[in-house]
Amino acid sequence: MRLPCPWCGDRDLNEFGYGGDATLQRPADDAPMKEWVDYVFFRDNPRGSHREHWQHIQGCRAWIVVERDTLTHEITGSWPANEMVVAAPAKSEVTP
Amino acid sequence: MTHYSIFSLVKGALCGPGAWSPAWREPEPKAEYDVVIVGAGGHGLATAYYLAKEHGITNVAVLEKGYLGGGNTGRNTTIVRSNYLLDGNAHLYEWSMKLWENLSHDLNYNVMFSQRGVLNLAHSDAQMDAFRRRGNSMRLNGIDAELLDREGVRAMVPHLNFEDARFPIYGGLLQPRGGTARHDAVAWGFARAADSRGIDIIQNCEVTGIRREGNRVTGVETSRGFIGAKKIGIAVAGNSSRLAAMAGLRLPMESHLLQAFVSEALKPVIDTVVTYGAHHFYVSQSDKGSLVFGGDLDGYNSYAQRGNLPVVEDVITAGLSLFPNLSRVKLLRHWGGVMDMSMDGSPIIGKLPVEGLYLNGGWCYGGFKATPGSGWVFAHTIANDQPHPINEPLSLERFETGAVLDEKGAGPVPGHH
Ligand SMILES: Cc1cc2nc3c(=O)[nH]c(=O)nc-3n(C[C@H](O)[C@H](O)[C@H](O)COP(=O)(O)OP(=O)(O)OC[C@H]3O[C@@H](n4cnc5c(N)ncnc54)[C@H](O)[C@@H]3O)c2cc1C
Ligand SMILES: [Zn+2]
Repeated sequence: MRLPCPWCGDRDLNEFGYGGDATLQRPADDAPMKEWVDYVFFRDNPRGSHREHWQHIQGCRAWIVVERDTLTHEITGSWPANEMVVAAPAKSEVTP
Repeated sequence: MTHYSIFSLVKGALCGPGAWSPAWREPEPKAEYDVVIVGAGGHGLATAYYLAKEHGITNVAVLEKGYLGGGNTGRNTTIVRSNYLLDGNAHLYEWSMKLWENLSHDLNYNVMFSQRGVLNLAHSDAQMDAFRRRGNSMRLNGIDAELLDREGVRAMVPHLNFEDARFPIYGGLLQPRGGTARHDAVAWGFARAADSRGIDIIQNCEVTGIRREGNRVTGVETSRGFIGAKKIGIAVAGNSSRLAAMAGLRLPMESHLLQAFVSEALKPVIDTVVTYGAHHFYVSQSDKGSLVFGGDLDGYNSYAQRGNLPVVEDVITAGLSLFPNLSRVKLLRHWGGVMDMSMDGSPIIGKLPVEGLYLNGGWCYGGFKATPGSGWVFAHTIANDQPHPINEPLSLERFETGAVLDEKGAGPVPGHH
Protein backbone atom coordinates (compact mmCIF):
# COMPACT_ATOMS: atom_id res chain seq x y z
CA MET A 1 0.00 0.00 0.00
CA ARG A 2 1.14 3.54 -0.75
CA LEU A 3 -0.15 6.61 1.01
CA PRO A 4 -0.35 10.05 -0.61
CA CYS A 5 1.44 12.54 1.65
CA PRO A 6 0.18 16.04 0.75
CA TRP A 7 3.80 17.25 0.98
CA CYS A 8 5.85 14.35 -0.42
CA GLY A 9 3.46 12.58 -2.82
CA ASP A 10 2.86 8.79 -2.95
CA ARG A 11 5.12 7.07 -0.44
CA ASP A 12 5.49 3.48 0.77
CA LEU A 13 3.42 2.37 3.76
CA ASN A 14 6.66 1.57 5.63
CA GLU A 15 7.39 5.28 6.01
CA PHE A 16 4.23 5.97 8.01
CA GLY A 17 3.00 5.48 11.53
CA TYR A 18 -0.72 5.02 12.20
CA GLY A 19 -2.72 7.34 14.45
CA GLY A 20 -6.23 5.89 14.21
CA ASP A 21 -9.69 7.37 13.73
CA ALA A 22 -9.40 11.07 12.84
CA THR A 23 -13.05 11.92 13.36
CA LEU A 24 -13.00 11.67 17.15
CA GLN A 25 -13.70 14.92 18.96
CA ARG A 26 -12.00 15.47 22.29
CA PRO A 27 -14.70 16.53 24.76
CA ALA A 28 -14.37 19.54 27.02
CA ASP A 29 -12.37 18.78 30.17
CA ASP A 30 -15.49 18.98 32.30
CA ALA A 31 -17.81 17.15 29.88
CA PRO A 32 -19.97 14.37 31.39
CA MET A 33 -18.17 11.07 31.99
CA LYS A 34 -20.27 9.37 29.28
CA GLU A 35 -18.73 11.63 26.63
CA TRP A 36 -15.23 10.85 27.85
CA VAL A 37 -15.92 7.12 27.87
CA ASP A 38 -17.16 7.38 24.27
CA TYR A 39 -14.13 9.38 23.23
CA VAL A 40 -11.52 7.18 24.91
CA PHE A 41 -12.94 3.73 24.18
CA PHE A 42 -15.77 3.63 21.64
CA ARG A 43 -15.30 3.68 17.86
CA ASP A 44 -17.51 3.62 14.75
CA ASN A 45 -15.04 1.13 13.24
CA PRO A 46 -16.66 1.26 9.77
CA ARG A 47 -16.20 -1.30 7.02
CA GLY A 48 -15.77 1.23 4.24
CA SER A 49 -14.67 4.85 4.17
CA HIS A 50 -12.53 5.81 7.18
CA ARG A 51 -10.77 9.09 7.94
CA GLU A 52 -7.61 8.33 9.88
CA HIS A 53 -4.45 9.95 11.16
CA TRP A 54 -1.06 8.93 9.82
CA GLN A 55 2.35 10.43 10.52
CA HIS A 56 4.97 10.49 7.78
CA ILE A 57 7.62 9.43 10.30
CA GLN A 58 10.33 8.40 7.84
CA GLY A 59 9.66 11.41 5.62
CA CYS A 60 8.58 14.97 6.32
CA ARG A 61 7.28 13.90 9.78
CA ALA A 62 4.02 15.76 9.25
CA TRP A 63 0.73 14.41 10.62
CA ILE A 64 -1.82 13.92 7.86
CA VAL A 65 -5.41 12.77 7.51
CA VAL A 66 -6.06 10.03 4.93
CA GLU A 67 -9.47 8.87 3.76
CA ARG A 68 -9.22 5.14 3.02
CA ASP A 69 -11.65 2.30 2.46
CA THR A 70 -11.00 -0.28 5.19
CA LEU A 71 -12.24 -3.12 2.97
CA THR A 72 -10.52 -2.33 -0.34
CA HIS A 73 -7.71 0.01 0.84
CA GLU A 74 -8.77 2.48 -1.88
CA ILE A 75 -7.63 5.97 -0.94
CA THR A 76 -9.98 8.84 -1.69
CA GLY A 77 -8.26 11.83 -0.10
CA SER A 78 -5.44 13.15 2.03
CA TRP A 79 -4.94 16.43 3.80
CA PRO A 80 -2.47 18.08 6.18
CA ALA A 81 -3.87 17.24 9.62
CA ASN A 82 -3.94 20.86 10.76
CA GLU A 83 -6.38 21.70 7.96
CA MET A 84 -8.79 19.12 9.35
CA VAL A 85 -8.78 20.31 12.94
CA VAL A 86 -12.21 21.15 14.25
CA ALA A 87 -12.44 23.82 16.94
CA ALA A 88 -12.53 22.29 20.42
CA PRO A 89 -15.85 22.62 22.23
CA ALA A 90 -15.94 25.64 24.49
CA LYS A 91 -15.38 24.99 28.17
CA SER A 92 -18.38 25.51 30.33
CA GLU A 93 -18.29 28.09 33.07
CA VAL A 94 -18.13 25.48 35.82
CA THR A 95 -14.76 25.47 37.53
CA PRO A 96 -13.75 22.30 39.32
CA MET B 1 -25.03 -39.95 13.40
CA THR B 2 -22.14 -42.41 13.24
CA HIS B 3 -20.19 -42.63 16.48
CA TYR B 4 -16.50 -42.25 15.60
CA SER B 5 -14.28 -44.98 17.02
CA ILE B 6 -11.57 -47.39 16.00
CA PHE B 7 -14.31 -49.66 14.65
CA SER B 8 -15.92 -46.97 12.48
CA LEU B 9 -12.44 -46.13 11.21
CA VAL B 10 -11.68 -49.73 10.25
CA LYS B 11 -15.10 -50.05 8.62
CA GLY B 12 -14.53 -46.81 6.71
CA ALA B 13 -11.10 -47.97 5.59
CA LEU B 14 -12.47 -51.28 4.32
CA CYS B 15 -15.72 -50.10 2.78
CA GLY B 16 -14.51 -46.88 1.16
CA PRO B 17 -15.95 -43.38 1.32
CA GLY B 18 -19.54 -44.65 1.05
CA ALA B 19 -19.30 -45.81 4.67
CA TRP B 20 -19.25 -42.22 5.94
CA SER B 21 -22.33 -40.04 6.28
CA PRO B 22 -22.21 -36.21 6.31
CA ALA B 23 -21.14 -34.86 9.70
CA TRP B 24 -24.01 -32.35 9.85
CA ARG B 25 -27.28 -31.54 8.06
CA GLU B 26 -27.96 -28.63 5.69
CA PRO B 27 -31.37 -27.54 7.03
CA GLU B 28 -33.63 -24.81 5.68
CA PRO B 29 -34.12 -21.98 8.20
CA LYS B 30 -37.30 -22.21 10.30
CA ALA B 31 -39.56 -19.17 10.75
CA GLU B 32 -38.52 -18.69 14.37
CA TYR B 33 -36.02 -19.90 16.95
CA ASP B 34 -35.61 -19.47 20.69
CA VAL B 35 -32.01 -18.42 20.10
CA VAL B 36 -30.21 -17.29 16.96
CA ILE B 37 -26.42 -17.24 17.06
CA VAL B 38 -24.80 -15.05 14.41
CA GLY B 39 -21.49 -16.47 13.17
CA ALA B 40 -20.53 -20.14 12.80
CA GLY B 41 -16.95 -19.79 13.95
CA GLY B 42 -15.70 -21.84 16.87
CA HIS B 43 -17.33 -19.51 19.39
CA GLY B 44 -20.79 -19.49 17.80
CA LEU B 45 -20.77 -23.26 17.32
CA ALA B 46 -19.49 -23.91 20.85
CA THR B 47 -22.19 -21.62 22.23
CA ALA B 48 -24.88 -23.57 20.38
CA TYR B 49 -23.42 -26.87 21.57
CA TYR B 50 -23.37 -25.83 25.22
CA LEU B 51 -26.85 -24.27 24.97
CA ALA B 52 -28.08 -27.75 24.04
CA LYS B 53 -25.83 -29.77 26.29
CA GLU B 54 -25.82 -27.68 29.48
CA HIS B 55 -29.16 -25.86 29.26
CA GLY B 56 -31.38 -28.12 27.17
CA ILE B 57 -32.10 -25.32 24.68
CA THR B 58 -32.16 -26.90 21.23
CA ASN B 59 -34.47 -24.67 19.20
CA VAL B 60 -31.37 -22.79 18.07
CA ALA B 61 -29.95 -21.71 14.72
CA VAL B 62 -26.37 -20.70 13.97
CA LEU B 63 -26.33 -18.37 10.95
CA GLU B 64 -23.13 -18.09 8.91
CA LYS B 65 -22.61 -15.72 6.00
CA GLY B 66 -19.97 -17.95 4.38
CA TYR B 67 -19.00 -21.49 5.35
CA LEU B 68 -18.60 -22.64 8.93
CA GLY B 69 -15.11 -22.18 10.32
CA GLY B 70 -14.15 -19.92 7.41
CA GLY B 71 -13.44 -16.91 9.62
CA ASN B 72 -10.67 -16.52 12.18
CA THR B 73 -11.27 -20.01 13.52
CA GLY B 74 -9.89 -21.43 10.28
CA ARG B 75 -7.18 -18.78 9.98
CA ASN B 76 -5.41 -18.78 13.32
CA THR B 77 -2.08 -20.16 14.50
CA THR B 78 -3.83 -22.49 16.99
CA ILE B 79 -1.95 -21.65 20.18
CA VAL B 80 -3.79 -22.63 23.37
CA ARG B 81 -2.66 -21.27 26.76
CA SER B 82 -4.02 -19.75 29.96
CA ASN B 83 -0.94 -17.83 31.12
CA TYR B 84 -2.68 -14.61 32.10
CA LEU B 85 -1.89 -12.19 34.91
CA LEU B 86 -5.29 -10.70 35.73
CA ASP B 87 -8.03 -12.70 37.45
CA GLY B 88 -10.77 -11.83 34.97
CA ASN B 89 -8.80 -13.30 32.08
CA ALA B 90 -7.06 -16.09 33.99
CA HIS B 91 -10.31 -17.68 35.18
CA LEU B 92 -11.88 -17.67 31.71
CA TYR B 93 -8.85 -19.07 29.90
CA GLU B 94 -8.14 -21.65 32.59
CA TRP B 95 -11.75 -22.86 32.50
CA SER B 96 -11.32 -23.11 28.76
CA MET B 97 -8.08 -25.07 29.22
CA LYS B 98 -9.91 -27.56 31.41
CA LEU B 99 -12.56 -28.02 28.74
CA TRP B 100 -9.83 -28.47 26.09
CA GLU B 101 -8.31 -31.27 28.13
CA ASN B 102 -11.41 -33.43 27.61
CA LEU B 103 -12.77 -31.88 24.42
CA SER B 104 -12.02 -34.68 21.95
CA HIS B 105 -13.88 -37.16 24.18
CA ASP B 106 -16.72 -34.79 24.89
CA LEU B 107 -17.29 -34.08 21.18
CA ASN B 108 -16.37 -37.56 19.95
CA TYR B 109 -14.12 -35.73 17.51
CA ASN B 110 -10.34 -35.61 17.53
CA VAL B 111 -9.41 -31.93 17.85
CA MET B 112 -5.73 -32.96 18.06
CA PHE B 113 -5.18 -31.03 21.26
CA SER B 114 -1.47 -31.29 21.96
CA GLN B 115 -0.14 -30.05 25.32
CA ARG B 116 3.39 -29.47 24.10
CA GLY B 117 3.94 -26.40 26.29
CA VAL B 118 4.04 -22.69 25.55
CA LEU B 119 7.37 -20.99 26.25
CA ASN B 120 7.59 -17.18 26.45
CA LEU B 121 11.18 -16.00 26.11
CA ALA B 122 12.62 -13.20 28.27
CA HIS B 123 15.42 -10.96 27.03
CA SER B 124 16.23 -8.72 29.99
CA ASP B 125 16.30 -8.75 33.80
CA ALA B 126 13.20 -6.59 33.82
CA GLN B 127 11.37 -9.07 31.65
CA MET B 128 12.42 -11.94 33.91
CA ASP B 129 10.94 -10.01 36.84
CA ALA B 130 7.71 -9.44 34.95
CA PHE B 131 7.53 -13.13 34.06
CA ARG B 132 8.20 -14.12 37.66
CA ARG B 133 5.30 -11.93 38.71
CA ARG B 134 2.96 -13.32 36.06
CA GLY B 135 4.05 -16.89 36.84
CA ASN B 136 3.33 -16.38 40.54
CA SER B 137 -0.04 -14.87 39.76
CA MET B 138 -0.84 -17.86 37.57
CA ARG B 139 0.14 -20.33 40.29
CA LEU B 140 -2.01 -18.47 42.80
CA ASN B 141 -4.88 -19.01 40.37
CA GLY B 142 -4.09 -22.73 40.21
CA ILE B 143 -2.52 -22.53 36.74
CA ASP B 144 0.74 -24.30 35.95
CA ALA B 145 3.78 -22.06 35.38
CA GLU B 146 7.53 -22.63 35.49
CA LEU B 147 10.24 -20.03 35.29
CA LEU B 148 13.22 -21.31 33.30
CA ASP B 149 16.71 -19.85 33.36
CA ARG B 150 18.81 -19.60 30.23
CA GLU B 151 20.08 -23.17 30.54
CA GLY B 152 16.55 -24.42 31.09
CA VAL B 153 15.52 -22.79 27.84
CA ARG B 154 18.55 -24.18 26.05
CA ALA B 155 17.68 -27.70 27.17
CA MET B 156 14.17 -27.31 25.71
CA VAL B 157 14.96 -25.50 22.46
CA PRO B 158 18.69 -25.98 21.81
CA HIS B 159 18.89 -24.32 18.41
CA LEU B 160 17.64 -20.91 19.47
CA ASN B 161 20.21 -18.19 18.91
CA PHE B 162 22.33 -18.34 22.08
CA GLU B 163 25.47 -17.06 20.35
CA ASP B 164 25.26 -13.52 19.05
CA ALA B 165 21.63 -12.53 19.49
CA ARG B 166 20.82 -8.83 19.41
CA PHE B 167 18.47 -9.55 22.35
CA PRO B 168 20.13 -12.32 24.38
CA ILE B 169 17.91 -14.97 25.95
CA TYR B 170 17.77 -14.61 29.75
CA GLY B 171 15.20 -17.31 30.41
CA GLY B 172 11.53 -17.96 29.88
CA LEU B 173 8.12 -18.58 31.37
CA LEU B 174 6.76 -22.00 30.50
CA GLN B 175 3.18 -23.19 30.74
CA PRO B 176 3.56 -26.97 30.30
CA ARG B 177 -0.20 -27.53 29.79
CA GLY B 178 -0.31 -25.03 26.92
CA GLY B 179 0.02 -26.18 23.34
CA THR B 180 -1.90 -26.31 20.08
CA ALA B 181 -5.04 -27.84 18.59
CA ARG B 182 -6.29 -28.48 15.07
CA HIS B 183 -8.36 -25.36 14.29
CA ASP B 184 -10.65 -26.80 11.59
CA ALA B 185 -11.33 -29.87 13.70
CA VAL B 186 -12.54 -27.62 16.51
CA ALA B 187 -15.11 -25.96 14.23
CA TRP B 188 -16.13 -29.28 12.67
CA GLY B 189 -16.29 -31.11 15.98
CA PHE B 190 -18.52 -28.49 17.61
CA ALA B 191 -20.66 -28.27 14.45
CA ARG B 192 -21.20 -32.03 14.35
CA ALA B 193 -21.93 -32.26 18.08
CA ALA B 194 -24.34 -29.28 17.98
CA ASP B 195 -26.10 -30.60 14.89
CA SER B 196 -26.56 -34.02 16.45
CA ARG B 197 -28.38 -32.33 19.35
CA GLY B 198 -30.86 -30.78 16.93
CA ILE B 199 -29.30 -27.38 16.31
CA ASP B 200 -29.68 -25.92 12.80
CA ILE B 201 -26.44 -24.67 11.27
CA ILE B 202 -27.35 -22.50 8.30
CA GLN B 203 -24.48 -21.56 6.03
CA ASN B 204 -24.52 -18.94 3.26
CA CYS B 205 -26.94 -16.89 5.33
CA GLU B 206 -25.72 -13.36 6.07
CA VAL B 207 -27.38 -11.33 8.80
CA THR B 208 -28.11 -7.86 7.42
CA GLY B 209 -30.28 -6.36 10.12
CA ILE B 210 -31.59 -6.81 13.65
CA ARG B 211 -35.32 -6.28 14.11
CA ARG B 212 -36.59 -4.83 17.38
CA GLU B 213 -39.88 -4.03 19.06
CA GLY B 214 -39.25 -1.29 21.56
CA ASN B 215 -36.00 -2.24 23.23
CA ARG B 216 -36.40 -5.99 22.66
CA VAL B 217 -35.11 -8.04 19.74
CA THR B 218 -37.60 -9.96 17.61
CA GLY B 219 -35.36 -11.47 14.94
CA VAL B 220 -32.81 -10.95 12.21
CA GLU B 221 -33.03 -9.89 8.59
CA THR B 222 -30.88 -12.18 6.50
CA SER B 223 -29.93 -12.83 2.89
CA ARG B 224 -32.43 -15.73 3.14
CA GLY B 225 -35.28 -13.69 4.59
CA PHE B 226 -36.45 -12.73 8.07
CA ILE B 227 -35.83 -15.23 10.88
CA GLY B 228 -37.59 -14.66 14.18
CA ALA B 229 -35.60 -14.97 17.41
CA LYS B 230 -36.37 -14.46 21.09
CA LYS B 231 -32.68 -14.04 21.81
CA ILE B 232 -29.73 -13.21 19.58
CA GLY B 233 -26.09 -13.96 20.36
CA ILE B 234 -23.45 -12.17 18.28
CA ALA B 235 -20.20 -14.14 17.72
CA VAL B 236 -18.74 -12.62 14.57
CA ALA B 237 -15.19 -11.66 15.65
CA GLY B 238 -13.94 -8.81 13.40
CA ASN B 239 -17.47 -7.98 12.28
CA SER B 240 -18.74 -7.26 15.82
CA SER B 241 -18.99 -3.50 15.24
CA ARG B 242 -21.09 -4.08 12.13
CA LEU B 243 -23.56 -6.31 13.94
CA ALA B 244 -23.73 -3.91 16.89
CA ALA B 245 -24.42 -1.04 14.48
CA MET B 246 -27.47 -2.98 13.22
CA ALA B 247 -28.84 -2.53 16.73
CA GLY B 248 -27.77 1.12 16.87
CA LEU B 249 -24.80 0.43 19.20
CA ARG B 250 -21.11 1.28 19.11
CA LEU B 251 -18.43 -0.91 20.67
CA PRO B 252 -15.01 -0.30 22.27
CA MET B 253 -13.35 -2.11 19.41
CA GLU B 254 -11.50 -1.73 16.13
CA SER B 255 -11.08 -4.30 13.36
CA HIS B 256 -7.47 -4.96 12.43
CA LEU B 257 -5.68 -7.42 10.23
CA LEU B 258 -3.47 -10.22 11.54
CA GLN B 259 -1.48 -12.47 9.23
CA ALA B 260 -0.38 -16.05 9.68
CA PHE B 261 2.34 -17.97 7.86
CA VAL B 262 3.09 -21.59 7.07
CA SER B 263 6.41 -22.95 5.81
CA GLU B 264 7.11 -26.05 3.74
CA ALA B 265 7.09 -29.26 5.79
CA LEU B 266 10.25 -30.03 7.76
CA LYS B 267 11.38 -32.91 9.94
CA PRO B 268 10.62 -32.30 13.64
CA VAL B 269 12.52 -29.19 14.69
CA ILE B 270 10.40 -27.36 17.31
CA ASP B 271 8.41 -29.53 19.71
CA THR B 272 6.84 -26.73 21.75
CA VAL B 273 5.42 -23.26 21.14
CA VAL B 274 8.01 -20.46 21.34
CA THR B 275 7.24 -16.76 21.61
CA TYR B 276 9.81 -14.00 21.24
CA GLY B 277 9.88 -11.45 24.04
CA ALA B 278 11.88 -8.69 22.37
CA HIS B 279 9.98 -8.51 19.10
CA HIS B 280 6.69 -9.97 18.06
CA PHE B 281 7.02 -13.52 16.74
CA TYR B 282 5.59 -16.89 17.76
CA VAL B 283 6.06 -20.30 16.20
CA SER B 284 5.07 -23.94 16.51
CA GLN B 285 5.33 -26.92 14.20
CA SER B 286 2.25 -28.63 12.84
CA ASP B 287 1.86 -32.40 12.72
CA LYS B 288 2.44 -32.19 8.95
CA GLY B 289 5.83 -30.61 9.66
CA SER B 290 5.10 -27.04 8.61
CA LEU B 291 6.24 -24.20 10.81
CA VAL B 292 3.18 -22.15 11.72
CA PHE B 293 4.08 -18.63 12.77
CA GLY B 294 2.91 -15.05 13.10
CA GLY B 295 3.70 -11.67 14.58
CA ASP B 296 2.33 -8.14 14.61
CA LEU B 297 -0.91 -6.71 13.29
CA ASP B 298 -0.70 -4.92 9.95
CA GLY B 299 -1.28 -1.83 12.05
CA TYR B 300 -4.31 0.03 10.68
CA ASN B 301 -8.07 -0.56 10.64
CA SER B 302 -8.83 -3.24 8.07
CA TYR B 303 -11.63 -5.57 7.02
CA ALA B 304 -9.61 -6.80 4.04
CA GLN B 305 -8.83 -10.40 5.15
CA ARG B 306 -5.52 -10.14 3.31
CA GLY B 307 -2.28 -8.68 4.52
CA ASN B 308 0.37 -6.29 3.29
CA LEU B 309 4.03 -7.02 2.60
CA PRO B 310 5.87 -4.91 5.23
CA VAL B 311 4.59 -7.18 8.00
CA VAL B 312 5.71 -10.28 6.10
CA GLU B 313 9.25 -8.96 6.07
CA ASP B 314 9.03 -7.81 9.67
CA VAL B 315 7.78 -11.14 11.05
CA ILE B 316 10.32 -13.17 9.11
CA THR B 317 13.18 -10.89 10.20
CA ALA B 318 12.16 -11.36 13.82
CA GLY B 319 11.86 -15.12 13.39
CA LEU B 320 15.29 -15.47 11.82
CA SER B 321 16.98 -13.44 14.52
CA LEU B 322 15.67 -16.06 16.96
CA PHE B 323 16.17 -19.16 14.77
CA PRO B 324 19.04 -18.42 12.34
CA ASN B 325 19.03 -22.11 11.32
CA LEU B 326 15.70 -21.61 9.53
CA SER B 327 17.00 -19.08 7.00
CA ARG B 328 16.70 -21.46 4.02
CA VAL B 329 13.18 -22.61 4.83
CA LYS B 330 10.65 -21.71 2.16
CA LEU B 331 7.38 -19.97 2.92
CA LEU B 332 4.42 -21.94 1.61
CA ARG B 333 1.39 -19.76 2.32
CA HIS B 334 0.27 -16.72 4.25
CA TRP B 335 -3.15 -15.22 4.83
CA GLY B 336 -4.98 -12.75 7.03
CA GLY B 337 -7.94 -12.58 9.36
CA VAL B 338 -9.99 -9.65 10.65
CA MET B 339 -9.40 -9.29 14.37
CA ASP B 340 -11.83 -7.84 16.87
CA MET B 341 -9.31 -5.71 18.81
CA SER B 342 -10.87 -4.45 22.03
CA MET B 343 -9.62 -1.28 23.67
CA ASP B 344 -8.18 -3.03 26.74
CA GLY B 345 -6.99 -6.22 25.04
CA SER B 346 -9.56 -8.44 26.78
CA PRO B 347 -12.76 -9.98 25.41
CA ILE B 348 -16.31 -8.79 25.97
CA ILE B 349 -18.84 -11.54 26.78
CA GLY B 350 -22.16 -10.38 28.10
CA LYS B 351 -25.43 -8.57 27.65
CA LEU B 352 -25.83 -5.58 25.36
CA PRO B 353 -28.12 -2.68 26.26
CA VAL B 354 -30.93 -4.14 24.09
CA GLU B 355 -33.18 -6.82 25.61
CA GLY B 356 -32.37 -10.26 24.25
CA LEU B 357 -29.12 -9.21 22.57
CA TYR B 358 -25.77 -10.64 23.67
CA LEU B 359 -22.19 -10.10 22.55
CA ASN B 360 -19.20 -12.41 22.38
CA GLY B 361 -16.30 -10.50 20.85
CA GLY B 362 -13.16 -8.44 21.33
CA TRP B 363 -10.92 -11.52 21.12
CA CYS B 364 -7.85 -9.71 19.81
CA TYR B 365 -5.11 -12.19 18.97
CA GLY B 366 -6.24 -14.85 21.34
CA GLY B 367 -9.76 -16.13 20.91
CA PHE B 368 -9.03 -19.60 19.57
CA LYS B 369 -7.78 -20.88 22.92
CA ALA B 370 -10.94 -19.49 24.51
CA THR B 371 -13.30 -21.34 22.17
CA PRO B 372 -14.73 -23.97 24.55
CA GLY B 373 -14.74 -21.73 27.64
CA SER B 374 -16.16 -18.77 25.76
CA GLY B 375 -18.97 -20.85 24.28
CA TRP B 376 -19.68 -22.33 27.70
CA VAL B 377 -20.02 -18.98 29.52
CA PHE B 378 -21.82 -17.35 26.58
CA ALA B 379 -24.39 -20.16 26.54
CA HIS B 380 -24.89 -19.65 30.28
CA THR B 381 -25.31 -15.88 29.77
CA ILE B 382 -27.90 -16.34 27.02
CA ALA B 383 -29.81 -19.12 28.79
CA ASN B 384 -30.08 -17.26 32.11
CA ASP B 385 -30.09 -13.70 30.78
CA GLN B 386 -27.21 -12.98 33.12
CA PRO B 387 -23.48 -13.69 33.06
CA HIS B 388 -21.77 -16.59 34.77
CA PRO B 389 -19.37 -15.45 37.54
CA ILE B 390 -16.50 -16.28 35.15
CA ASN B 391 -17.57 -13.71 32.54
CA GLU B 392 -18.93 -11.08 34.91
CA PRO B 393 -15.65 -9.12 34.78
CA LEU B 394 -15.77 -9.29 30.94
CA SER B 395 -18.87 -7.10 30.63
CA LEU B 396 -19.23 -4.17 28.26
CA GLU B 397 -19.92 -1.95 31.29
CA ARG B 398 -16.33 -2.26 32.48
CA PHE B 399 -15.35 0.51 30.07
CA GLU B 400 -17.71 2.88 31.90
CA THR B 401 -16.99 1.75 35.44
CA GLY B 402 -13.25 1.85 34.93
CA ALA B 403 -12.74 -1.85 35.72
CA VAL B 404 -10.94 -2.48 32.42
CA LEU B 405 -8.83 -5.65 32.09
CA ASP B 406 -5.63 -4.19 30.73
CA GLU B 407 -3.08 -7.05 30.93
CA LYS B 408 -0.32 -4.84 29.59
CA GLY B 409 -1.16 -1.78 31.64
CA ALA B 410 -0.69 0.18 28.44
CA GLY B 411 -3.87 2.23 28.14
CA PRO B 412 -6.72 2.24 25.64
CA VAL B 413 -5.05 1.04 22.43
CA PRO B 414 -6.69 -1.59 20.20
CA GLY B 415 -3.43 -3.50 19.71
CA HIS B 416 -2.99 -5.67 22.79
CA HIS B 417 -3.39 -9.39 23.08
C1 LIG C 1 -3.75 -14.93 11.80
C2 LIG C 1 -4.43 -15.21 13.10
C3 LIG C 1 -3.74 -15.89 14.10
C4 LIG C 1 -4.35 -16.16 15.32
N1 LIG C 1 -3.68 -16.92 16.24
C5 LIG C 1 -4.29 -17.30 17.38
C6 LIG C 1 -3.64 -18.20 18.27
O1 LIG C 1 -2.52 -18.68 18.01
N2 LIG C 1 -4.28 -18.54 19.41
C7 LIG C 1 -5.51 -18.05 19.72
O2 LIG C 1 -6.01 -18.36 20.79
N3 LIG C 1 -6.17 -17.22 18.88
C8 LIG C 1 -5.59 -16.84 17.71
N4 LIG C 1 -6.25 -16.00 16.83
C9 LIG C 1 -7.56 -15.46 17.20
C10 LIG C 1 -8.68 -16.48 16.96
O3 LIG C 1 -8.55 -17.03 15.68
C11 LIG C 1 -10.04 -15.82 17.07
O4 LIG C 1 -10.13 -15.01 18.21
C12 LIG C 1 -11.14 -16.88 17.17
O5 LIG C 1 -10.94 -17.91 16.25
C13 LIG C 1 -12.45 -16.20 16.92
O6 LIG C 1 -13.46 -17.17 16.78
P1 LIG C 1 -14.91 -16.66 16.46
O7 LIG C 1 -15.76 -17.85 16.40
O8 LIG C 1 -15.25 -15.59 17.43
O9 LIG C 1 -14.76 -15.92 15.06
P2 LIG C 1 -14.71 -16.47 13.55
O10 LIG C 1 -14.09 -17.81 13.46
O11 LIG C 1 -14.13 -15.38 12.73
O12 LIG C 1 -16.23 -16.66 13.23
C14 LIG C 1 -17.11 -15.57 13.01
C15 LIG C 1 -18.01 -15.95 11.86
O13 LIG C 1 -19.01 -14.97 11.73
C16 LIG C 1 -19.33 -14.88 10.37
N5 LIG C 1 -20.03 -13.61 10.12
C17 LIG C 1 -19.54 -12.36 10.13
N6 LIG C 1 -20.49 -11.45 9.84
C18 LIG C 1 -21.64 -12.16 9.67
C19 LIG C 1 -22.97 -11.80 9.34
N7 LIG C 1 -23.32 -10.51 9.14
N8 LIG C 1 -23.90 -12.77 9.22
C20 LIG C 1 -23.56 -14.08 9.41
N9 LIG C 1 -22.31 -14.48 9.72
C21 LIG C 1 -21.35 -13.53 9.84
C22 LIG C 1 -17.99 -14.98 9.67
O14 LIG C 1 -18.13 -15.37 8.33
C23 LIG C 1 -17.27 -16.01 10.53
O15 LIG C 1 -17.35 -17.32 10.01
C24 LIG C 1 -5.67 -15.71 15.58
C25 LIG C 1 -6.36 -15.04 14.58
C26 LIG C 1 -5.76 -14.80 13.34
C27 LIG C 1 -6.55 -14.09 12.27
ZN1 LIG D 1 5.55 13.62 3.86
